[in-house]
Amino acid sequence: MKIFNYLGNYFSNRETFQEIIVIPVFATLLAIFLGLLLLIVSGSSNEIALKALIALFYGSFGSLSAISETLTAATPLIFAALGIAIGFRAGLFNIGAEGQIILGGMAAVIIGFSFQLPFFIHLILILLAGALFGALYAFISGWLKATTGAHEVITTIMLNLIAYRLLDFFLRIPSVQKEGRNDPISKSILDTAELPRILYFLDPNLRVHMGFLIAIFAVLIVYWLIFYTTIGYEFRAVGKNLEASRYGGISPSVTIILAMSIAGLLAGLAGASQIAGVLGRATPGFSAGIGFDAIAVALLGRAHPIGVLFAGILFGALIAGGRQMQVSADVSLDLITVIQALIIIFIAAPVLIRKLFPWIFK
Amino acid sequence: MKLKLHEISKSFGPVKANSNINLTVDRGEILGLLGENGAGKTTLMNILTGLYKPDSGKILIDNKLREFHNPREANKNGIGMVHQHFMLVPVFSVTENIILGEEPTNRFNKIDLENAKNKVLKISSEYKLNVDPDLIIEKLPVGIQQRVEIIKILFRDAEILIFDEPTAVLTPQEVVEFFEIIKNLKKTGKAIIFITHKLQEVLEICDRINVLRRGKIVGEEYPKKTDKKKLAQLMVGRKVNLRTSRKKMEQGEVLLEINDLSILSDNKEHVLSNVDLKLHKNEILGIAGVQGNGQTELIEALTGLRSVSSGKISYFGKEYKNFSPRKIHQLGVRHIPEDRQKQGLIGDFSLTENSILNTYYEEKFSNNITLNWANAKIEAKKIIEKFDVRTNSENISANKLSGGNQQKLLIGREMSRSINLLIASQPTRGVDVGSIEYIHNQIVSARNKGIGVILNSTELEEIIALSDRIIVFFEGKVIAEFPSDTNPNIIGLAMAGEN
Repeated sequence: MKIFNYLGNYFSNRETFQEIIVIPVFATLLAIFLGLLLLIVSGSSNEIALKALIALFYGSFGSLSAISETLTAATPLIFAALGIAIGFRAGLFNIGAEGQIILGGMAAVIIGFSFQLPFFIHLILILLAGALFGALYAFISGWLKATTGAHEVITTIMLNLIAYRLLDFFLRIPSVQKEGRNDPISKSILDTAELPRILYFLDPNLRVHMGFLIAIFAVLIVYWLIFYTTIGYEFRAVGKNLEASRYGGISPSVTIILAMSIAGLLAGLAGASQIAGVLGRATPGFSAGIGFDAIAVALLGRAHPIGVLFAGILFGALIAGGRQMQVSADVSLDLITVIQALIIIFIAAPVLIRKLFPWIFK
Repeated sequence: MKLKLHEISKSFGPVKANSNINLTVDRGEILGLLGENGAGKTTLMNILTGLYKPDSGKILIDNKLREFHNPREANKNGIGMVHQHFMLVPVFSVTENIILGEEPTNRFNKIDLENAKNKVLKISSEYKLNVDPDLIIEKLPVGIQQRVEIIKILFRDAEILIFDEPTAVLTPQEVVEFFEIIKNLKKTGKAIIFITHKLQEVLEICDRINVLRRGKIVGEEYPKKTDKKKLAQLMVGRKVNLRTSRKKMEQGEVLLEINDLSILSDNKEHVLSNVDLKLHKNEILGIAGVQGNGQTELIEALTGLRSVSSGKISYFGKEYKNFSPRKIHQLGVRHIPEDRQKQGLIGDFSLTENSILNTYYEEKFSNNITLNWANAKIEAKKIIEKFDVRTNSENISANKLSGGNQQKLLIGREMSRSINLLIASQPTRGVDVGSIEYIHNQIVSARNKGIGVILNSTELEEIIALSDRIIVFFEGKVIAEFPSDTNPNIIGLAMAGEN
């Protein structure tokens, strides 16, 4: 496997190549294989399993519209997972992306329907509002950890629950709720606040929007932030060794608050991008578990921005392909959840992968 | 029992940790296994205690071939090991710790503590270990904890006893007592393997010495026919200067003055009370004492890692108290922390990243937003070259370096910048003999250049070799001060609190 060695040299400065690429790839392949095996074991015929496999690939990468769906689903995952990855780098386990997405989404909705503004300005404003509210919400956890030592896992989970209820409340506020509706649903954002579809000129039904391009831009920014800036150095130092960073004159409190806030900022962007690019309005549960899937994406991407990009696209593909699978092979979408869970298990147990494919890790 | 290892080899990837090792130890014999860190001592012992399987070779006990797949099987065959880091449950009693894993039970499957206690008492008196089976481990001094470990393996009827760096954690007095215990064990016919890198100790206690270097036995010596110089040379593979030459110097002006300094712990106990001390330029002040007597806290206070409750610290005559680590660093105070892996370096960071750990924010390395990796790289290369850090690249992570090279990187980082005061804590802990020589020379030459040095070490030999003046810490107080040419035994007594 000469190519592995070659690429390995490139990665050796930062992380080992195996950890970032090889293990995730094999974890994914193994998970898909086991998922299909599960399908067969549970009574489906071999043809159905094969059909499901083909549908999974066809529905995610088989056509332009499939690719568009994949990237549409990947966009918020990439944003939120970048935030979680930054948290990981600084030694923080941010479970709160879901809540941060909700807060960012709510802020985006308000900005989206209440102002009459020119197209570009309105768009920037909606994204900024989402980012700001996501950041503020995560700041609470960071601040609690820095000042009282409250564990971020606990506080972010609690803030998630609060965010769900805030959303319920929000959607019943008369000035927010859509006129003439009894069910909790917000007004729609104005056209000027929408993220334009980037393949509109090919086919107006292709949903992939400018948010994806912004997400790629965010990947580059986060990469730069983590590896090339002073702040990124501080994040990584605190995450790898708190005591040594204190010895080195870094303030762990400031670093923790900052890392948490930036994580929230990115999750807030995920929320805003969902509202402005796909949904156009908020409903209960509009966050759709993206914040939790994003944890998986960040883990799969090994908290590396480039890894997150690919892991996000992979998870987007699983979602898009899963829908196709449901339609053409009549296989439940739950299988996708199983595959996602298996991927995470294998990622969390790299030793297992090494043992199963020993010839690759020689 | 007689133990014989025949042609044992073990590799980890391309690294030959042990190659063709032959070793015997007979009953009533103490075999010293001398070697630097990474020489393969631990691997060999892990093979012997069943943690690793050798690639080739045989283990013979009383000339019968044996094979162990886990420590328990090794135990059953009479092999017991006292690890450097004790494997004790702090909140359990002595007896509870000893029976852990092999709890004797009565008919109703209830643990039979009474019976176990009697056996512990019997072992304790037979070998004059003097351990009360009812005491709680965390309340016992380290020396007694070690005896509990010894009883633990005797309880399991060990005939071949392995001690891994047993004296690393003991005071000089405890070492004397420990040697008595070993001699008693020897008298009753146990076979003993004593692993260490301390030359003095193998000469003092062992019947025979095997020297291990790079996975091979490079020499067999007898204490009566050899000396430190010869052993060190075998161990390192070249001539080593064991004693750092240090010419007398006049004390310079006062650099650091501490008056009536007290530090309270988190639960409001005094960990340091009313300490006064002075440090001059051109002076190495040695702090001797058993670990946990306030030395660590004093050093943390001086380096900004712990806040001071009361008292005064002045540096160049100016107030210096509760400053941040960064501010202190900017004042030219350099700190070699006692645990390089926990504090001084970030193991997963590259050498480049580590070489800017406390200066990364400076103009040279940062424009406040981005880091200047090119300059950081130059800095790393400079340290690597000037301080003889053995590595083939500055891009590898620090935990891939040997202990000695990690320490040289750390010392290099701290000493390659303008410096007035050096605070060095355990500067040679876990460092090979060759590097010790180098580090000692660096410290002495810093002092010769007018720098004041505070040297904190649990190795009395090191303190005596380097210090111009020695103070002894006991229970958070400075209880004695000695000139550099004091008899070690007197200092040792002070370390134990006797004055």
